[in-house]
This record gives sequence, C-alpha cells and structure tokens, in this order.
Amino acid sequence: MFDFEFVKPSSIVEAARLLGGEGAQALSGGQTLMPTMKQRLAAPSVLVSLTGIAEMKGLSVAAGTLTVGAATPHAVVAAEAARVFPALAALAGGIGDPAVRNRGTIGGSIANNDPSACYPAAVLASGATVVTSKRRIAADDFFQGMFSTALEEGEFVTSVAFPIPEKAAYVKFNQPASRFALTGVFVAKFAGGVRVAVTGASNNGVFRWAEAEAALAKSFTADALQGLGVDDSDMITDLHGTAAYRANLVKVLTGRAVSAAG
Amino acid sequence: MPKDYGIGASSKRREDVRFLTGRGVYTDDMALHGQTYAVFVRSTVAHGRIRSVGTEAASKMPGVLAIFTGEDFKDVGGNPAGWLINSRDGTPMHEPKRPVLAHGKVRHVGDAYAAVIAETYQQAKDAAQQISDDTDIEELPAIVDMRAALADSSNRVHDEIPDNQCYDWGWIEDNRAAVDAAFKSAPHVTTLELVNNRLVPNAMEPRASIGEYFPGTGDYKLTTTSQNPHLTRLLVAAFVLGIPENKLTVVAPDVGGGFGSKIYHYGEEALVLAAAKKLARPVRWTAERSESFLSDAHGRDHVTKIELACDKEGNFLAFRTETMANVGAYLSNFATVTPTFLHGTLMAGPYKVPHVYVNVKTVFTNTAPVDAYRGAGRPEATYSLERVIDKMCRELGLDPFEVRRKNFLTTDMFPYTTPVGLVYDTGNYHATLDKAMEMADVAGFAKRRADSAARGKLRGMGLSTWIEACGIAPSNLVGILGARVGLYDAATVRVNATGNISVMVGAHSHGQGHETVFAQIAAEKLGIPESSVEIVHGDTSKIPFGMGSYGSRSLAVCGVAMTKAIDKIVAKGKKIAAHMLEAAEGDITFEDGKFSVAGTDKAKTFGEIAFSAYVPHNYPLETLEPGLEETAFYDPANFTYPAGAYICEVEVDEGTGKVDVVAFHCADDFGNVMNPMIVEGQVHGGVGQGIGQALLESTTYDENGQLLTGSYMDYAMPRAGDVPFYNVDYSCQTACTHNVLGVKGCGEAGAIGSPPAVVNAVLDALHSGGHKIAHIDMPVSPGRVWQAING
Repeated sequence: MFDFEFVKPSSIVEAARLLGGEGAQALSGGQTLMPTMKQRLAAPSVLVSLTGIAEMKGLSVAAGTLTVGAATPHAVVAAEAARVFPALAALAGGIGDPAVRNRGTIGGSIANNDPSACYPAAVLASGATVVTSKRRIAADDFFQGMFSTALEEGEFVTSVAFPIPEKAAYVKFNQPASRFALTGVFVAKFAGGVRVAVTGASNNGVFRWAEAEAALAKSFTADALQGLGVDDSDMITDLHGTAAYRANLVKVLTGRAVSAAG
Repeated sequence: MPKDYGIGASSKRREDVRFLTGRGVYTDDMALHGQTYAVFVRSTVAHGRIRSVGTEAASKMPGVLAIFTGEDFKDVGGNPAGWLINSRDGTPMHEPKRPVLAHGKVRHVGDAYAAVIAETYQQAKDAAQQISDDTDIEELPAIVDMRAALADSSNRVHDEIPDNQCYDWGWIEDNRAAVDAAFKSAPHVTTLELVNNRLVPNAMEPRASIGEYFPGTGDYKLTTTSQNPHLTRLLVAAFVLGIPENKLTVVAPDVGGGFGSKIYHYGEEALVLAAAKKLARPVRWTAERSESFLSDAHGRDHVTKIELACDKEGNFLAFRTETMANVGAYLSNFATVTPTFLHGTLMAGPYKVPHVYVNVKTVFTNTAPVDAYRGAGRPEATYSLERVIDKMCRELGLDPFEVRRKNFLTTDMFPYTTPVGLVYDTGNYHATLDKAMEMADVAGFAKRRADSAARGKLRGMGLSTWIEACGIAPSNLVGILGARVGLYDAATVRVNATGNISVMVGAHSHGQGHETVFAQIAAEKLGIPESSVEIVHGDTSKIPFGMGSYGSRSLAVCGVAMTKAIDKIVAKGKKIAAHMLEAAEGDITFEDGKFSVAGTDKAKTFGEIAFSAYVPHNYPLETLEPGLEETAFYDPANFTYPAGAYICEVEVDEGTGKVDVVAFHCADDFGNVMNPMIVEGQVHGGVGQGIGQALLESTTYDENGQLLTGSYMDYAMPRAGDVPFYNVDYSCQTACTHNVLGVKGCGEAGAIGSPPAVVNAVLDALHSGGHKIAHIDMPVSPGRVWQAING
C-alpha cells in the first residue's frame, strides 16, 4: 500500500466537495478498495470516507418503498430489512462473511458493480432508484456493464430506494473459492409485472432476463420457464464454469427463485 | 471410565492455552533491535533469460541498505535433493543446482532473482518494485504441460537437461515382464487415466525467516518457519553457505501449520543469513500470501494411467501404472522421493495382489517446485488404486465392499512382503472394513438414497480402503534406496534436581500437539504428573539432533527415542536407589513413580532419586556419575503401516452439479493410541484436506505459466460448511510389532484415504441417476459434474 490522505466528512455536501479534489477516491466499507490498495493496484492520494455521514446510513420505509442509506453495512440490512423485504435481507446476509458484512456497504457494492456482486441483482430486479449526490438514476440506467455505472467523476451513491415487491427471492450459486455469485438470480413480482435480474453470469455485468419476465408475468411458477432458452454467447467462461454452465445456472436458479418466492 | 492421565487419556492440548489466547510466539512476532527488512524481487514470467538486473536506481532509494542478486550466490553450493533416484537403465537422476537467487534464467513465476534489504518494509518494497521495473528479462516459451515437456527437447527448463526429465523410474524393474505377462493372460483388464491435482499447501502462517549474525563470536542464528530445524541447519551449513554447523543455530518457534511445505530449506533462509552477516544487523522476511502461493513447495500433480488385471470374480491379478510426476522448476529437498519410494512402494495397497509394476517419469516444468504434502505419494497411490478398483467393480457388476474383502491380506499372512518391496508387520483390514460398514449403516443406504431422491438429490456412497507406510524410516534401508540422510530421531530427557523434567525432542510440533502427547507418555513412564514434564522442540542449540516432523513419524520414531531415553533414566535411577536402599540393583523395581526393594516396603520416590543424583551426598560416586540426564537415538526397524476403511456419502444436485458431502465414516487402525482426542483431530484435519482436494482445490497454470489460482478469490479452500460432522473410530488396533509404544502414526491418514472415497461416492450417485460416467478428475467441481452429466 502507498501513502494516502484520509478524510472523513460528516455531510453529503462536504463529501461532494472533497471528492472534487485531485486524486480523491470515495471509500465506503473498503471491502474491494482496501485489498486493491494493499496489492498496490490502486494508489489514490486522498481517501474520502463516506461512513461518517449520518444521512447516508440506515433504513426507512415509506409508501411501499424501502430506502437504504448507501453507507449502510450489509449486516444492518440483513437484520433490519428482514420484515419488510425479506429477500433483500437474505441477500445481504449471504454476502461474504461476517467481517465483510459488518464493513461492506450497499453503496460501495453497486458503485463498484462487480459482475459477480449480489446487490446489483436486487437493485435491478426491484426496479430501484439509485439516489446520488447529484440526481436520481433508475436501476435500468445505472448499471452499464462490468465495473461500469452511470456515476460521473466525483458523484457518489447516497441511498437506494427499493419498491417493495409482492414476492421476491434471491438464489445464489457460490463461486467455490470467493463465495461471490458464480451466478445469482433475483426474482421480484410486482402488481404490474415480474422482473428477473441475473448477476455473475454475463460479461456485461448484471442484466435482466426479459423472456423469463414475460413468461413469469403470465404464470409465476417455475414450470413457466420450461422451454425457455438462455443465450450463452455473452456469458463468462472462467476457471469455475463455462458459459454454457452459467446459462444453465441462470435457468435453474431462476426456477428455484420463483419457487422460493412462493 | 476413560483414562484421565498418561497414555491413552484425552488430555487437553496444553499448547492451545497460548494459541487460543493469542500468546503464541511465531517468527514474525519477534521484534529485534536494529532489525531490517528483506523483500524479494520475483519473476513475473515463467521462463526467461536474465539480461540484466536493474539495481542501480533502487540502490539509491531511501532506506535501502543492500541489494543481492543471483550473481552474489553463483559460487556457493546449491540446495540439494535429499534423495538420489536412479532411472530404470541405472543412470542417476538429473539434479540441477537450485540457487539461493536465480541467475542466468528465471524458471517459474515467483522465482526470486534479487532481494532488497531496507530500514523499513515499505522502503524495501518500493525498491523491489524499482528493480522489477528496471530488470531486463527475455521471455522464453513456458514449459507447463508435462507431456509436451518430455516431447520437446528444443525448449528446456534447465539447459543441460534435454528432455526435461529428472528420471524414468521403474519399480520393481525386474518384475516388469511377469507383470506384463499377467496382464496378457488376464480375463479382465480395467484401465483408468486420471490426474492427481496439484495443491497449494496454504499453511495458516506464511513462511517467515529472521537471520542474525553476531560479529563478536562469528555465530549465526536463523529463526524460521520449519518443520525440521536440524535438516535446515545441515543444508545451510554443509551445502549452501558453508557456515560450520557449530556456528549456526536454527530455531523454529511456534509454527502455524506446515503440511510438508515447511520441511524443506528455501533460499529465503540462506538470504537472510547472508544479509545479516553483511550488515551485521538482523534481517527479517515474512511472505505475503501471494508469495506463498507462488513459492511454497506445492503438492501432488501426477498424471497417471493405471491398469488393473483381474478375474471375472474380481480377484486382483496385477496392477500396472505409468505416472508423470511434476517436480516444477527445481528439485525441492524431498521432490525426488515423493513420487517414487513414497508412492510406488504402496501400489499393492492392503491387497494380496501378486504382480505390481510402477513406472514414474518425473518432469521439470516452469511451475513452482512440487514436494511432499500431507500424505506425500501415498495419497496418489491410494487414489489410483481405489479409483481403478471402483471402476472395475462397475464394469463387472461386482459389489465394491465384497471385492475389497476378498482381496484383503488376512491376519495370518503377516509379516507380509509385498510385490513392491515393503514388509507389512501387522494389520486387520477386514476388521476396519466391518467397522466402517457398521458405522455407515450400509444396510440403511437404500432408504437414505430414497430420502435424498425425495428432496431432488442423487445420493451416492463411496468406499476407500487404504494403507500407508509411515514412521519414516530405517536408515540402512533408505540409504540403499538413495536417501542422503539417516531417518532416526533423538531425544534427551533431563531430570532436574527437584524431580521435574525437560524433554528435548527432535520432532517438531507445528500444530500436532506433541507438547501434550509426549508429556503424557513421559509422565506415565516415570509416574509423575504431566504438568511436571516440559517438552522442548524446535531449537538446534537445545536438542541433541532430530529429523523433524513429517510422514507421521513423530511418535513412531521420536516418541520411541524418548521412551528409550526414559528407560535409561529408570535404569540409572535403579542404581541410585540400590545404593540408597542398600539393596542389590536387581532387586529394585520401578512402578508408579517409586523405586522399591522387591518384597519389602523400602522405597524411594522418583523425586528423592533425582535430588540424590544432583546432591550426591549418599551416592555411589566411585561407580556412577552424578546427574540424571539421558539421550537416546532411535532408528526404526521398519516402516509402520496404519490402514483403514473410509466410507463417504454425498448428495449431488443434478441442476447445478454441486456435491455435498453428507456423511463421512473413518475406521482406522493406528495401532496403540496415546491421546484419542488428538488422534480424532488429526483425522478430522486430514479428511478435511482430502475433501478439499477431491471437491475444491485446483492449482491452475495457464499456457504461459501464470498461476491463475494465486489467491483465495480463485483457489478454493475447504471451509467448515464444506465438510460434514465426521464419524471417526480407531478401535480396531493392531499394535505395531517393532516399536515399544506399538504406535503407527495418524497425521496423514485422513488426507490419504478420503479423496477416492469422495470421488467414488460422486460417481455412485451419478450412476444411480442414469449418468454412466466412468471418471471425473479432481477437483470434482460443480462445473465439471454438470459438464459430465450434460456431455
């Protein structure tokens, strides 16, 4: 690790000002950034911690929407969302290990947009709104491919607003070593339709499986997926599974998620 | 009532008090006045010719004290192989020199070619990066695949070895024709090609070393993460740096796991000593985890074709194997013996097979060196045998339990000379199989399979009946086979004047619990409390000599040495007691800590005798030296032969290919058991590692020799959730016939017996679902299972 400055602002406004500075980098739970810096693969000159900003922490529910502050650790979501949005709580409770869940945050996760992260699936499948230091961004516009988001230079996530679905479930198949999602599927059923988001499988990061959404809108059962094919041409092939294997997982896990959602 | 003291008691591990409260003292915990930091500059290419090492700019960087390159060590001796193996044609193996730092060429990613010593770790790290940036290495094509390495003499890991082959070994070459004839006339032959996957040892504590030099006396001290401090001293002294043995102390303090990888001497140890001398300051180094992945000696890595000849009833007639064993870029100390005498000699298993022939070609590649890893050769032998037997059973429609049973050696056949040259002294393989089947409720399997099916899972059961040779080893025998050292061990028992004792042992505990078990034995033999016994290990300045801990040898070799030293203490105690009690020496008995005159109530306690030995006022000084301290060396008469039967049950998810180990039953014969709790723990750990090898651990190099699984993001270690609650039994005991403790060793058993049980169970599950799959290579990952099911 190289030397760096560390600042910990207490408001969004102050954080935004500091992040406008030369070489500044937002730091949330640090579960990706810190290991990267330790390996000398990143060397920001100023780290702006977002975890001291009270308005970016905690959960609130209003008008069928669950809002999660961007600096809220996974463990807090796992505990506090359990009643209002159990599928989201279960997802948060299944990320990493207890140490990761007590440090890592939802904002950090979606801003990084790791193609194997869990949270992007929940955000996209829920049709959530990503609130940033500058604007509100629909989930469908936020995720823009592997490690890529709509966030601009100096912009950071302040909260995520989740419409609470009627039914939902997340089923993750662990990559055996990292325990990230080799493939994970979040299924959310709303009065107006079904959304299915897949993480871990695609070279383009999290994506929606439109054919499954259409089939499930007609019949929210695992059987409704039979006969659907999954195109594996853009799927990841790596040490842990081929594109064809991941395409299979997308279908299998979607069915299991539907069954789990009930 | 279980025993609560001495031999056979589950005494709690005394070392855990410090380990569990964070008070262990590991190499990296030691802070020394004036210490400096070493960082190694490691090759980022697998194979390359060094044009120049760029030290100029780095040498002027802040805090840099010294820089070493391969040039500095090109005239010192290399780190030798511990065993000289001859090829089938009688020619000796190729033995390229392994330098302290690479010069001329780099031969694997992670090969260190320079080292920086600086005032701080960060300064050393910065300078190392600078050297890496400024160094010019001409990249050469990497040699990764063993078959290609043997076939292409135009590309060589070592320029002087044309076919990249270390040796082509046959065992036993004279039997080859008879084995081939047995195959020609056999009613049935089963053939299986398999890979025994390369493993990264992943000890919890990475390697670390501190070198010190004392200019006033010319003494050196190396504090290092070693399983084997005397061997390290011998290698550094006699082969690498030429420091006289009496001027070098090697200390291996608390060591956080080894699994074989810390048996060997590594160049980093020589470097910190040489640097400490140059600077006259302590020089320290601790590997980062990524360095461990790249530079620790890896394990396994065999590609094998095994054939089994039998009759239609499954009676074994012959085994024949052809193996390619990867040794990586350099010969680590035990690299040449692991695939030969620790592997080929076990290829008869616990079976009465008349004909066995083993061929092993050992190959250099541009990968990290490979050496002994928990089990070392014996897991490879067991895996090959137990997998091909399972395949044969399926081909002939035979019951795998019955096939083992009819081929087992029977108890009336011991001592038994195998066709691969070992003499099994004792065992009862039917007993352990019966026990395992009882534990596993084999009769109830059909119902469990139906229950699994109701939950959408395929259930399978797999069997492995294994044997190993451990308690390494008779020196005269291993000398004939090519060992360059003896394999005895030693212990000194020092009785203090107040009757408590210190025992200095050559075995080294790096997690096993020697401090507890050796004390239990000493306490029982001397009739004193366990708390009166201190076990000292890991310091060459305190211990007479030792060959360290590996190969499940600590108790069977060093434990016996300690017992012999205790016998000498008792014998001397009897002389002292005879004098004090005015009786004939022959009339003195020693029992429960008391020296008594037989048939009388005259007695002296052990403590009184010890006090008299050190305060010899009433003492036979004219015939007996004062003091009470004895040393014994013990060289075993034979290997020991633990054996057992393992039964694994798995559930397979056809949709994802995921395998869950749902039950694991171990019935082992370790001979006499000194501490049941520790034996159970050893089996748990070994089976955990075996399940890791079978299902999770994959060491993958790409075609350029880059390690793709160089961190825990891609190298899957078994976690608690990956293993079941183990069901372990050690009640089938046949005491070893040639050591006084009757012990055999238990450290490697789990890692030897478990992988084939897991893989056999997976294939059984798949066949039950109609998937006619002959074999899946380890690790049997979800992706591989799914691929096998879906073609």
